Amino acid sequence: MVKKKRKREVPEINAASMADVAFLLLAFFLMTTTMNIDKGIMVKLPPWDPENIIDVKIADRNVFTVLVNARDELLVEGEPMDVAKLREAAKEFIANPYGRPDLAESPQKAVISLKTDRGTSYKMYITVYNELKAAYRELRDEAAMKKYGVPFDKLPPDKKKEIRKMYPIKISEAEPEAIGEQIGG
Amino acid sequence: MLRKRQTGSKKAPTISTASLPDIIFMLLFFFMVATVLRETTLKVRVVVPEATELQKLEKKSLVSYIYIGPPMPQYVQQYGTAPRIQLNDVIADIKDVIPFVESERAQLPEQLQPFMTISLRVDTGVKMGIVTDVKQELRKANALKINYSARKRVHAL
Repeated sequence: MVKKKRKREVPEINAASMADVAFLLLAFFLMTTTMNIDKGIMVKLPPWDPENIIDVKIADRNVFTVLVNARDELLVEGEPMDVAKLREAAKEFIANPYGRPDLAESPQKAVISLKTDRGTSYKMYITVYNELKAAYRELRDEAAMKKYGVPFDKLPPDKKKEIRKMYPIKISEAEPEAIGEQIGG
Repeated sequence: MLRKRQTGSKKAPTISTASLPDIIFMLLFFFMVATVLRETTLKVRVVVPEATELQKLEKKSLVSYIYIGPPMPQYVQQYGTAPRIQLNDVIADIKDVIPFVESERAQLPEQLQPFMTISLRVDTGVKMGIVTDVKQELRKANALKINYSARKRVHAL
């Protein structure tokens, strides 16, 4: 009897300081946290195979050459161009809506050849690469909207695959040259 | 009526703070889950470029980082001002890239090894030469999934 009575008299723990402890922890995590979710441009590199370099002959009209020199100047199909216009030019080349003889035969056959100099800035390279990828993304979006009425991202996997087949991303990167690495140091 | 009642009671009722710890704990858990403790200290300055075609890196455990940029001011004496490569905690040479990739790959379970992604965190001011060298090494090491780390661009070109 006595024992039972004692057990019931366990003193209540004062939880008032709980908030303070939690605040302390909260402050610590608030300070150490970095909220950046890592994002970036996904790229798949070609496998390293120096022995079997297949020299595929591609018709000139199917290749969209993009050159960037050490001064970060853009040369597209032999003509200087502003980066802001690159996306539209690439889209026109890939889709070739008016069937021009100097642009790609079909989107499947179109290849974009990107060549930089060792002195090209990384910023320029990313900008150019981003524009080329954006051209493909916009074409895919347009095709998806036309066919299914939804943007590419919202399509189920099998339909995505179909659109991907319509516009396969073929960006080939040539070995950069070291002509102007010293320019602009 | 209301006024009379207010003047009548001299003591304002105390607000119960019993649920305060719960609220704080909720916030705490949110930050604990959202937080990423940076395990490497950057020795090179990296300001990633801006782009629009961004994709999220889904699985953090599958990602290894390679930093390229000019050394931080406190390391300039030691390493100079030219852009360098940082692997884990050390500033490394181009020839260290392949062993680095191999050791990172060995840490992953075998079935996940093909999905390993290398995130290149490269400073905007770096020239393409060093980036290309690293890319060639990655190709040799058969690490073909790479990600150019970038920020969201808000303004037009």
